[in-house]
Amino acid sequence: MSTRSVVPFGPHHPVLPEPIHLDLVLEDEKVVDVVPSIGFIHRGLEKLVEKKDFNEFVYIAERMCGICSFMHGMSYCEAVEHIMGVELPPRAKYLRTIWSELSRMHSHLLWLGLLADAFGFESLFMQSWRIREKILDMFEASTGGRLIFSVNKIGGQRKDMDNAMLHGFVETLGGIETELREIASTFLGNSAVNSRLQGVGRMTKEQAQLYGVAGPFLRASGVARDTRELGYDAYGDLDFEPITADAGDCYARTQVRIRELFQSIDLIRQAVAKIPEGGVAVPVRGFPKGEYMMRVEQPRGEAIYYVKANGTKFLDRFRVRTPTFANVPAMIELMKGCQLTEIPMLVLTIDPCVSCIER
Amino acid sequence: MAESSSDDSMNLVEIRPESLLNQVTELKARGYRLVQICSTTLKDRYELTYSFSVKYDLLNLRFTVAEGQKVESISPIYPSAYFYENEIHDLFGVPIEFMTVDFRGGLYRTAVKAPYRLKSEEDQEGGGPK
Repeated sequence: MSTRSVVPFGPHHPVLPEPIHLDLVLEDEKVVDVVPSIGFIHRGLEKLVEKKDFNEFVYIAERMCGICSFMHGMSYCEAVEHIMGVELPPRAKYLRTIWSELSRMHSHLLWLGLLADAFGFESLFMQSWRIREKILDMFEASTGGRLIFSVNKIGGQRKDMDNAMLHGFVETLGGIETELREIASTFLGNSAVNSRLQGVGRMTKEQAQLYGVAGPFLRASGVARDTRELGYDAYGDLDFEPITADAGDCYARTQVRIRELFQSIDLIRQAVAKIPEGGVAVPVRGFPKGEYMMRVEQPRGEAIYYVKANGTKFLDRFRVRTPTFANVPAMIELMKGCQLTEIPMLVLTIDPCVSCIER
Repeated sequence: MAESSSDDSMNLVEIRPESLLNQVTELKARGYRLVQICSTTLKDRYELTYSFSVKYDLLNLRFTVAEGQKVESISPIYPSAYFYENEIHDLFGVPIEFMTVDFRGGLYRTAVKAPYRLKSEEDQEGGGPK
Protein backbone atom coordinates (compact mmCIF):
# COMPACT_ATOMS: atom_id res chain seq x y z
CA MET A 1 0.00 0.00 0.00
CA SER A 2 1.26 3.48 -0.88
CA THR A 3 1.98 6.01 1.82
CA ARG A 4 -0.87 8.40 2.41
CA SER A 5 -0.29 12.10 2.70
CA VAL A 6 -2.60 15.05 3.27
CA VAL A 7 -2.31 18.11 1.04
CA PRO A 8 -4.23 21.19 2.13
CA PHE A 9 -6.10 22.89 -0.75
CA GLY A 10 -7.22 26.41 0.15
CA PRO A 11 -8.50 28.44 1.85
CA HIS A 12 -6.31 30.58 -0.43
CA HIS A 13 -5.48 29.10 -3.80
CA PRO A 14 -5.00 30.65 -7.27
CA VAL A 15 -8.19 29.02 -8.64
CA LEU A 16 -10.30 30.00 -5.63
CA PRO A 17 -11.70 33.53 -5.71
CA GLU A 18 -13.13 32.88 -2.23
CA PRO A 19 -11.91 30.82 0.73
CA ILE A 20 -12.85 27.18 1.19
CA HIS A 21 -10.57 24.56 2.68
CA LEU A 22 -10.19 20.99 1.43
CA ASP A 23 -7.86 18.43 2.95
CA LEU A 24 -6.90 16.15 0.07
CA VAL A 25 -5.81 12.68 1.19
CA LEU A 26 -3.40 11.32 -1.43
CA GLU A 27 -1.87 7.98 -2.31
CA ASP A 28 1.01 9.06 -4.52
CA GLU A 29 -0.70 11.58 -6.83
CA LYS A 30 -4.15 10.01 -6.58
CA VAL A 31 -6.82 11.59 -4.37
CA VAL A 32 -8.47 8.95 -2.18
CA ASP A 33 -10.43 11.13 0.22
CA VAL A 34 -11.43 14.76 0.69
CA VAL A 35 -12.39 16.56 3.89
CA PRO A 36 -13.94 20.01 3.42
CA SER A 37 -14.29 22.76 6.01
CA ILE A 38 -16.05 26.08 5.56
CA GLY A 39 -16.93 29.06 7.69
CA PHE A 40 -14.13 31.49 6.80
CA ILE A 41 -16.68 34.02 5.56
CA HIS A 42 -19.80 32.92 7.43
CA ARG A 43 -21.64 36.16 8.22
CA GLY A 44 -24.89 34.90 9.71
CA LEU A 45 -26.91 36.98 7.23
CA GLU A 46 -29.93 34.69 7.51
CA LYS A 47 -30.13 35.39 11.23
CA LEU A 48 -30.30 39.16 10.63
CA VAL A 49 -33.81 38.73 9.27
CA GLU A 50 -35.00 38.58 12.89
CA LYS A 51 -33.69 42.10 13.55
CA LYS A 52 -34.30 43.99 10.29
CA ASP A 53 -37.58 45.22 8.88
CA PHE A 54 -38.64 42.85 6.08
CA ASN A 55 -38.46 45.74 3.57
CA GLU A 56 -34.92 46.67 4.64
CA PHE A 57 -33.81 43.06 4.45
CA VAL A 58 -33.82 43.25 0.62
CA TYR A 59 -30.50 45.13 0.90
CA ILE A 60 -29.02 42.36 3.02
CA ALA A 61 -30.33 39.57 0.79
CA GLU A 62 -28.64 41.10 -2.25
CA ARG A 63 -25.34 41.35 -0.37
CA MET A 64 -25.05 37.61 0.19
CA CYS A 65 -22.89 37.46 -2.90
CA GLY A 66 -21.54 39.97 -5.41
CA ILE A 67 -22.17 37.79 -8.44
CA CYS A 68 -25.74 36.57 -7.89
CA SER A 69 -26.68 39.77 -6.05
CA PHE A 70 -29.64 40.79 -8.21
CA MET A 71 -31.28 37.38 -8.09
CA HIS A 72 -30.81 37.05 -4.32
CA GLY A 73 -32.69 40.32 -3.78
CA MET A 74 -35.30 39.50 -6.39
CA SER A 75 -36.04 36.01 -5.09
CA TYR A 76 -36.34 37.19 -1.50
CA CYS A 77 -38.85 39.82 -2.68
CA GLU A 78 -40.78 37.21 -4.67
CA ALA A 79 -41.05 34.88 -1.67
CA VAL A 80 -42.44 37.73 0.47
CA GLU A 81 -44.69 38.93 -2.37
CA HIS A 82 -46.14 35.43 -2.67
CA ILE A 83 -46.91 35.30 1.05
CA MET A 84 -48.57 38.74 0.92
CA GLY A 85 -50.50 37.93 -2.27
CA VAL A 86 -48.92 40.82 -4.17
CA GLU A 87 -49.42 40.67 -7.93
CA LEU A 88 -46.63 42.47 -9.77
CA PRO A 89 -47.25 44.63 -12.84
CA PRO A 90 -46.28 42.67 -15.99
CA ARG A 91 -43.55 45.19 -16.89
CA ALA A 92 -41.83 44.57 -13.53
CA LYS A 93 -41.76 40.83 -14.26
CA TYR A 94 -40.11 41.45 -17.63
CA LEU A 95 -37.57 43.81 -16.10
CA ARG A 96 -36.67 41.18 -13.52
CA THR A 97 -36.24 38.63 -16.30
CA ILE A 98 -33.98 40.92 -18.34
CA TRP A 99 -31.76 41.80 -15.37
CA SER A 100 -31.67 38.11 -14.37
CA GLU A 101 -30.42 37.06 -17.78
CA LEU A 102 -27.83 39.84 -17.85
CA SER A 103 -26.72 38.60 -14.41
CA ARG A 104 -26.39 35.08 -15.80
CA MET A 105 -24.21 36.38 -18.64
CA HIS A 106 -22.06 38.38 -16.22
CA SER A 107 -21.62 35.31 -14.01
CA HIS A 108 -20.82 32.89 -16.84
CA LEU A 109 -18.33 35.33 -18.41
CA LEU A 110 -16.65 35.85 -15.08
CA TRP A 111 -16.38 32.10 -14.73
CA LEU A 112 -14.99 31.64 -18.25
CA GLY A 113 -12.28 34.20 -17.44
CA LEU A 114 -11.39 32.39 -14.21
CA LEU A 115 -11.24 29.09 -16.09
CA ALA A 116 -8.92 30.51 -18.74
CA ASP A 117 -6.76 32.04 -16.03
CA ALA A 118 -6.59 28.71 -14.19
CA PHE A 119 -5.18 26.84 -17.17
CA GLY A 120 -2.80 29.70 -17.95
CA PHE A 121 -4.44 31.17 -21.07
CA GLU A 122 -4.06 34.83 -20.13
CA SER A 123 -5.34 36.42 -23.34
CA LEU A 124 -8.50 34.26 -23.27
CA PHE A 125 -9.04 35.33 -19.64
CA MET A 126 -8.74 39.00 -20.64
CA GLN A 127 -11.04 38.59 -23.66
CA SER A 128 -13.72 36.96 -21.46
CA TRP A 129 -13.56 39.74 -18.89
CA ARG A 130 -13.42 42.44 -21.58
CA ILE A 131 -16.79 41.19 -22.85
CA ARG A 132 -18.09 40.99 -19.28
CA GLU A 133 -17.29 44.69 -18.83
CA LYS A 134 -19.92 45.51 -21.44
CA ILE A 135 -22.55 43.70 -19.36
CA LEU A 136 -21.42 45.64 -16.27
CA ASP A 137 -21.73 48.86 -18.28
CA MET A 138 -25.34 47.91 -19.04
CA PHE A 139 -25.97 47.38 -15.33
CA GLU A 140 -24.44 50.75 -14.55
CA ALA A 141 -26.50 52.50 -17.21
CA SER A 142 -29.78 50.91 -16.09
CA THR A 143 -29.36 50.75 -12.31
CA GLY A 144 -26.45 52.96 -11.31
CA GLY A 145 -24.57 49.99 -9.84
CA ARG A 146 -22.19 47.52 -11.44
CA LEU A 147 -22.59 44.63 -8.98
CA ILE A 148 -25.13 45.59 -6.31
CA PHE A 149 -28.12 47.25 -7.96
CA SER A 150 -30.75 47.75 -5.24
CA VAL A 151 -33.51 47.94 -7.84
CA ASN A 152 -35.73 45.31 -6.20
CA LYS A 153 -38.31 46.06 -3.55
CA ILE A 154 -41.29 44.21 -2.17
CA GLY A 155 -43.97 45.00 -4.76
CA GLY A 156 -41.83 45.61 -7.84
CA GLN A 157 -38.86 47.56 -9.11
CA ARG A 158 -37.36 50.86 -8.03
CA LYS A 159 -36.23 51.68 -11.56
CA ASP A 160 -37.51 51.22 -15.09
CA MET A 161 -35.67 50.99 -18.39
CA ASP A 162 -37.11 53.01 -21.25
CA ASN A 163 -37.54 51.45 -24.66
CA ALA A 164 -34.58 53.33 -26.17
CA MET A 165 -32.30 51.85 -23.50
CA LEU A 166 -33.71 48.35 -23.98
CA HIS A 167 -33.22 48.45 -27.75
CA GLY A 168 -29.74 49.87 -27.23
CA PHE A 169 -28.95 46.87 -25.03
CA VAL A 170 -30.21 44.49 -27.70
CA GLU A 171 -27.91 46.15 -30.23
CA THR A 172 -24.94 45.86 -27.84
CA LEU A 173 -25.79 42.21 -27.26
CA GLY A 174 -25.62 41.64 -31.02
CA GLY A 175 -21.98 42.76 -30.93
CA ILE A 176 -21.32 40.66 -27.82
CA GLU A 177 -22.78 37.63 -29.59
CA THR A 178 -20.21 37.96 -32.40
CA GLU A 179 -17.36 38.32 -29.91
CA LEU A 180 -18.63 35.36 -27.90
CA ARG A 181 -18.50 33.14 -30.98
CA GLU A 182 -14.79 33.87 -31.27
CA ILE A 183 -13.91 33.00 -27.67
CA ALA A 184 -16.32 30.03 -27.72
CA SER A 185 -14.41 28.49 -30.61
CA THR A 186 -11.18 28.72 -28.56
CA PHE A 187 -12.73 27.35 -25.37
CA LEU A 188 -14.38 24.46 -27.18
CA GLY A 189 -12.05 23.86 -30.12
CA ASN A 190 -8.49 24.53 -28.96
CA SER A 191 -6.63 21.27 -28.40
CA ALA A 192 -4.54 22.63 -25.49
CA VAL A 193 -7.67 23.81 -23.70
CA ASN A 194 -9.51 20.56 -24.42
CA SER A 195 -6.66 18.49 -23.01
CA ARG A 196 -7.26 20.12 -19.61
CA LEU A 197 -11.04 19.64 -19.68
CA GLN A 198 -12.02 16.51 -21.57
CA GLY A 199 -12.50 13.35 -19.52
CA VAL A 200 -11.80 15.19 -16.24
CA GLY A 201 -14.26 14.94 -13.33
CA ARG A 202 -16.83 12.90 -15.22
CA MET A 203 -20.23 12.62 -13.52
CA THR A 204 -22.92 10.28 -14.82
CA LYS A 205 -26.60 11.16 -15.09
CA GLU A 206 -27.36 8.70 -12.27
CA GLN A 207 -24.75 10.26 -9.96
CA ALA A 208 -26.10 13.73 -10.73
CA GLN A 209 -29.61 12.64 -9.72
CA LEU A 210 -28.42 10.77 -6.63
CA TYR A 211 -26.40 13.69 -5.28
CA GLY A 212 -29.11 16.24 -6.06
CA VAL A 213 -26.81 18.57 -7.99
CA ALA A 214 -28.02 21.71 -9.72
CA GLY A 215 -27.46 24.02 -12.67
CA PRO A 216 -24.93 23.60 -15.48
CA PHE A 217 -23.17 20.95 -13.33
CA LEU A 218 -26.39 18.89 -13.56
CA ARG A 219 -27.28 19.68 -17.15
CA ALA A 220 -23.76 18.79 -18.36
CA SER A 221 -24.58 15.22 -17.28
CA GLY A 222 -27.60 15.08 -19.57
CA VAL A 223 -30.39 16.00 -17.14
CA ALA A 224 -32.73 18.55 -18.74
CA ARG A 225 -33.83 20.38 -15.60
CA ASP A 226 -33.90 24.18 -15.47
CA THR A 227 -36.03 25.93 -12.85
CA ARG A 228 -36.89 28.71 -15.31
CA GLU A 229 -39.29 26.17 -16.83
CA LEU A 230 -41.54 26.81 -13.80
CA GLY A 231 -42.44 30.05 -15.60
CA TYR A 232 -41.77 32.56 -12.80
CA ASP A 233 -41.46 36.24 -13.80
CA ALA A 234 -41.74 36.45 -17.60
CA TYR A 235 -40.19 33.06 -18.35
CA GLY A 236 -43.63 31.57 -18.94
CA ASP A 237 -44.01 33.89 -21.96
CA LEU A 238 -40.60 33.11 -23.45
CA ASP A 239 -39.54 30.24 -25.65
CA PHE A 240 -36.56 28.22 -24.45
CA GLU A 241 -35.42 24.72 -23.56
CA PRO A 242 -32.86 23.57 -20.99
CA ILE A 243 -29.38 23.27 -22.47
CA THR A 244 -27.72 19.95 -21.84
CA ALA A 245 -24.59 18.00 -22.74
CA ASP A 246 -23.94 14.29 -22.28
CA ALA A 247 -20.27 13.79 -21.43
CA GLY A 248 -20.59 14.96 -17.80
CA ASP A 249 -16.97 16.15 -17.68
CA CYS A 250 -15.33 19.57 -17.25
CA TYR A 251 -15.56 20.13 -21.02
CA ALA A 252 -19.33 19.47 -20.98
CA ARG A 253 -19.81 22.00 -18.14
CA THR A 254 -17.93 24.60 -20.17
CA GLN A 255 -20.03 23.74 -23.23
CA VAL A 256 -23.30 24.17 -21.30
CA ARG A 257 -22.31 27.55 -19.86
CA ILE A 258 -21.17 28.88 -23.23
CA ARG A 259 -24.42 27.80 -24.90
CA GLU A 260 -26.35 29.38 -22.01
CA LEU A 261 -24.68 32.69 -22.81
CA PHE A 262 -26.22 32.61 -26.29
CA GLN A 263 -29.52 31.44 -24.77
CA SER A 264 -29.54 34.46 -22.43
CA ILE A 265 -29.06 36.82 -25.36
CA ASP A 266 -32.00 35.16 -27.10
CA LEU A 267 -34.18 35.41 -23.97
CA ILE A 268 -33.36 39.12 -23.56
CA ARG A 269 -34.27 39.74 -27.22
CA GLN A 270 -37.59 37.94 -26.72
CA ALA A 271 -38.29 39.83 -23.50
CA VAL A 272 -37.51 43.23 -25.05
CA ALA A 273 -39.79 42.42 -27.99
CA LYS A 274 -42.67 41.49 -25.66
CA ILE A 275 -42.25 43.83 -22.68
CA PRO A 276 -45.58 45.57 -21.98
CA GLU A 277 -45.97 49.23 -21.08
CA GLY A 278 -47.13 50.21 -17.61
CA GLY A 279 -46.00 50.66 -14.05
CA VAL A 280 -43.17 48.77 -12.42
CA ALA A 281 -44.36 48.57 -8.82
CA VAL A 282 -47.51 48.35 -6.73
CA PRO A 283 -47.99 49.69 -3.21
CA VAL A 284 -47.69 47.07 -0.48
CA ARG A 285 -49.39 47.50 2.89
CA GLY A 286 -49.34 45.41 6.02
CA PHE A 287 -46.99 42.69 7.18
CA PRO A 288 -46.46 39.20 5.77
CA LYS A 289 -47.80 36.15 7.57
CA GLY A 290 -47.19 32.62 6.35
CA GLU A 291 -44.38 30.78 4.64
CA TYR A 292 -43.21 30.07 1.11
CA MET A 293 -40.36 28.50 -0.82
CA MET A 294 -39.41 30.46 -3.92
CA ARG A 295 -37.39 28.58 -6.48
CA VAL A 296 -35.34 30.30 -9.18
CA GLU A 297 -32.60 29.31 -11.60
CA GLN A 298 -29.50 31.23 -10.66
CA PRO A 299 -26.40 31.16 -12.91
CA ARG A 300 -25.09 28.23 -10.83
CA GLY A 301 -28.41 26.40 -10.67
CA GLU A 302 -31.62 26.04 -8.72
CA ALA A 303 -31.77 28.16 -5.55
CA ILE A 304 -34.45 27.85 -2.88
CA TYR A 305 -35.52 30.89 -0.83
CA TYR A 306 -37.55 29.97 2.22
CA VAL A 307 -39.34 32.74 4.09
CA LYS A 308 -41.41 32.28 7.23
CA ALA A 309 -43.30 35.34 8.45
CA ASN A 310 -45.28 35.94 11.64
CA GLY A 311 -47.39 39.00 10.80
CA THR A 312 -44.93 41.54 12.24
CA LYS A 313 -42.26 43.58 10.47
CA PHE A 314 -39.63 41.02 11.50
CA LEU A 315 -39.52 37.62 9.81
CA ASP A 316 -39.08 34.34 11.70
CA ARG A 317 -36.79 32.72 9.18
CA PHE A 318 -35.05 33.33 5.89
CA ARG A 319 -33.05 30.48 4.50
CA VAL A 320 -31.35 30.10 1.13
CA ARG A 321 -30.31 26.75 -0.27
CA THR A 322 -27.84 27.91 -2.87
CA PRO A 323 -26.78 25.78 -5.85
CA THR A 324 -23.15 25.62 -4.75
CA PHE A 325 -24.24 24.17 -1.40
CA ALA A 326 -26.09 21.41 -3.29
CA ASN A 327 -23.10 20.80 -5.57
CA VAL A 328 -20.33 20.44 -2.98
CA PRO A 329 -21.09 16.82 -1.88
CA ALA A 330 -21.01 15.65 -5.53
CA MET A 331 -17.81 17.61 -6.17
CA ILE A 332 -16.17 15.89 -3.21
CA GLU A 333 -17.28 12.49 -4.47
CA LEU A 334 -15.93 13.18 -7.97
CA MET A 335 -12.54 14.20 -6.57
CA LYS A 336 -11.97 10.72 -5.18
CA GLY A 337 -9.93 8.85 -7.78
CA CYS A 338 -8.72 11.99 -9.58
CA GLN A 339 -5.10 12.98 -9.99
CA LEU A 340 -3.97 15.93 -7.86
CA THR A 341 -3.36 18.02 -11.01
CA GLU A 342 -7.01 17.61 -12.05
CA ILE A 343 -8.42 19.02 -8.80
CA PRO A 344 -8.23 22.75 -9.70
CA MET A 345 -10.18 22.18 -12.94
CA LEU A 346 -12.77 20.06 -11.16
CA VAL A 347 -13.29 22.61 -8.40
CA LEU A 348 -13.53 25.44 -10.88
CA THR A 349 -15.99 23.78 -13.25
CA ILE A 350 -18.67 23.51 -10.58
CA ASP A 351 -18.31 27.33 -10.44
CA PRO A 352 -18.26 27.43 -6.64
CA CYS A 353 -19.60 30.51 -4.89
CA VAL A 354 -18.40 30.33 -1.30
CA SER A 355 -20.24 33.49 -0.18
CA CYS A 356 -23.44 31.77 -1.30
CA ILE A 357 -22.57 28.56 0.60
CA GLU A 358 -21.93 30.37 3.86
CA ARG A 359 -24.34 33.29 3.79
CA MET B 1 -47.67 8.90 2.86
CA ALA B 2 -49.48 11.86 4.39
CA GLU B 3 -49.79 11.94 8.18
CA SER B 4 -51.22 15.42 8.09
CA SER B 5 -51.01 17.93 5.31
CA SER B 6 -51.26 21.70 5.23
CA ASP B 7 -50.52 24.73 3.02
CA ASP B 8 -50.93 23.64 -0.60
CA SER B 9 -48.34 26.05 -2.02
CA MET B 10 -45.61 24.43 0.09
CA ASN B 11 -46.96 20.89 -0.41
CA LEU B 12 -46.16 20.26 3.22
CA VAL B 13 -46.59 16.95 5.02
CA GLU B 14 -46.22 16.90 8.78
CA ILE B 15 -44.71 13.66 10.08
CA ARG B 16 -43.48 12.16 13.35
CA PRO B 17 -39.67 12.17 13.74
CA GLU B 18 -39.60 8.40 14.23
CA SER B 19 -41.22 7.83 10.82
CA LEU B 20 -38.65 9.96 8.94
CA LEU B 21 -36.54 7.11 7.58
CA ASN B 22 -39.56 5.15 6.33
CA GLN B 23 -41.00 8.19 4.60
CA VAL B 24 -37.69 9.12 3.01
CA THR B 25 -37.07 5.56 1.84
CA GLU B 26 -40.47 5.59 0.18
CA LEU B 27 -39.74 8.90 -1.57
CA LYS B 28 -36.40 7.60 -2.82
CA ALA B 29 -38.16 4.55 -4.28
CA ARG B 30 -40.61 6.91 -6.04
CA GLY B 31 -37.75 8.75 -7.75
CA TYR B 32 -37.56 11.88 -5.59
CA ARG B 33 -34.27 13.74 -5.20
CA LEU B 34 -33.22 15.54 -2.02
CA VAL B 35 -33.44 19.30 -2.50
CA GLN B 36 -32.58 20.64 0.93
CA ILE B 37 -32.96 20.29 4.69
CA CYS B 38 -33.87 23.44 6.60
CA SER B 39 -33.94 24.04 10.33
CA THR B 40 -35.96 26.84 11.92
CA THR B 41 -35.77 27.91 15.55
CA LEU B 42 -39.21 28.07 17.13
CA LYS B 43 -39.92 29.38 20.63
CA ASP B 44 -38.78 26.22 22.42
CA ARG B 45 -38.20 23.67 19.65
CA TYR B 46 -36.53 23.21 16.28
CA GLU B 47 -38.58 22.72 13.15
CA LEU B 48 -36.91 20.55 10.51
CA THR B 49 -38.16 20.67 6.92
CA TYR B 50 -36.90 18.13 4.39
CA SER B 51 -37.57 19.11 0.76
CA PHE B 52 -37.73 16.58 -2.06
CA SER B 53 -38.52 16.96 -5.71
CA VAL B 54 -39.31 14.88 -8.73
CA LYS B 55 -38.92 16.89 -11.95
CA TYR B 56 -40.34 20.23 -10.70
CA ASP B 57 -42.83 19.01 -8.08
CA LEU B 58 -41.75 19.88 -4.57
CA LEU B 59 -42.72 17.92 -1.44
CA ASN B 60 -41.77 18.94 2.10
CA LEU B 61 -41.68 16.65 5.14
CA ARG B 62 -41.72 18.45 8.47
CA PHE B 63 -41.46 17.66 12.17
CA THR B 64 -40.27 19.43 15.30
CA VAL B 65 -37.77 18.32 17.93
CA ALA B 66 -36.92 19.56 21.41
CA GLU B 67 -33.48 20.83 22.44
CA GLY B 68 -31.12 17.84 22.64
CA GLN B 69 -33.55 15.42 20.97
CA LYS B 70 -31.67 13.20 18.53
CA VAL B 71 -32.64 12.92 14.86
CA GLU B 72 -31.64 10.03 12.62
CA SER B 73 -29.58 10.88 9.57
CA ILE B 74 -31.00 10.23 6.11
CA SER B 75 -27.51 10.19 4.58
CA PRO B 76 -27.52 6.36 4.21
CA ILE B 77 -30.47 6.91 1.83
CA TYR B 78 -29.45 10.20 0.16
CA PRO B 79 -25.62 10.48 0.24
CA SER B 80 -25.57 14.29 -0.10
CA ALA B 81 -27.73 14.72 3.04
CA TYR B 82 -24.68 14.68 5.30
CA PHE B 83 -23.73 18.20 4.17
CA TYR B 84 -27.12 19.66 5.19
CA GLU B 85 -27.15 17.63 8.42
CA ASN B 86 -23.68 18.75 9.47
CA GLU B 87 -24.73 22.34 8.78
CA ILE B 88 -27.80 21.94 11.01
CA HIS B 89 -25.66 20.36 13.70
CA ASP B 90 -23.01 23.08 13.53
CA LEU B 91 -25.34 26.09 13.35
CA PHE B 92 -28.34 24.94 15.41
CA GLY B 93 -26.81 22.30 17.65
CA VAL B 94 -29.38 19.64 16.68
CA PRO B 95 -27.77 16.23 17.33
CA ILE B 96 -28.00 14.04 14.24
CA GLU B 97 -27.12 10.37 14.56
CA PHE B 98 -25.49 7.98 12.10
CA MET B 99 -24.38 10.48 9.47
CA THR B 100 -22.27 8.80 6.79
CA VAL B 101 -19.78 11.69 7.12
CA ASP B 102 -19.79 13.31 10.55
CA PHE B 103 -17.55 16.34 10.96
CA ARG B 104 -18.31 16.43 14.71
CA GLY B 105 -18.84 20.17 14.68
CA GLY B 106 -15.91 20.88 12.38
CA LEU B 107 -17.66 21.70 9.09
CA TYR B 108 -18.32 25.35 9.98
CA ARG B 109 -15.50 27.31 11.57
CA THR B 110 -17.67 29.75 13.52
CA ALA B 111 -16.44 31.81 16.47
CA VAL B 112 -19.57 30.89 18.46
CA LYS B 113 -20.61 27.23 18.64
CA ALA B 114 -24.13 26.60 17.28
CA PRO B 115 -24.93 30.32 16.88
CA TYR B 116 -28.55 29.70 15.82
CA ARG B 117 -29.48 27.43 18.73
CA LEU B 118 -32.45 28.10 21.04
CA LYS B 119 -31.85 30.91 23.48
CA SER B 120 -31.57 29.85 27.08
CA GLU B 121 -33.57 31.72 29.73
CA GLU B 122 -30.35 33.47 30.68
CA ASP B 123 -29.83 34.64 27.08
CA GLN B 124 -33.41 35.89 26.85
CA GLU B 125 -32.92 37.95 29.97
CA GLY B 126 -29.93 39.58 28.33
CA GLY B 127 -27.24 37.68 30.22
CA GLY B 128 -26.05 35.55 27.28
CA PRO B 129 -23.06 35.98 25.00
CA LYS B 130 -23.03 39.30 23.17
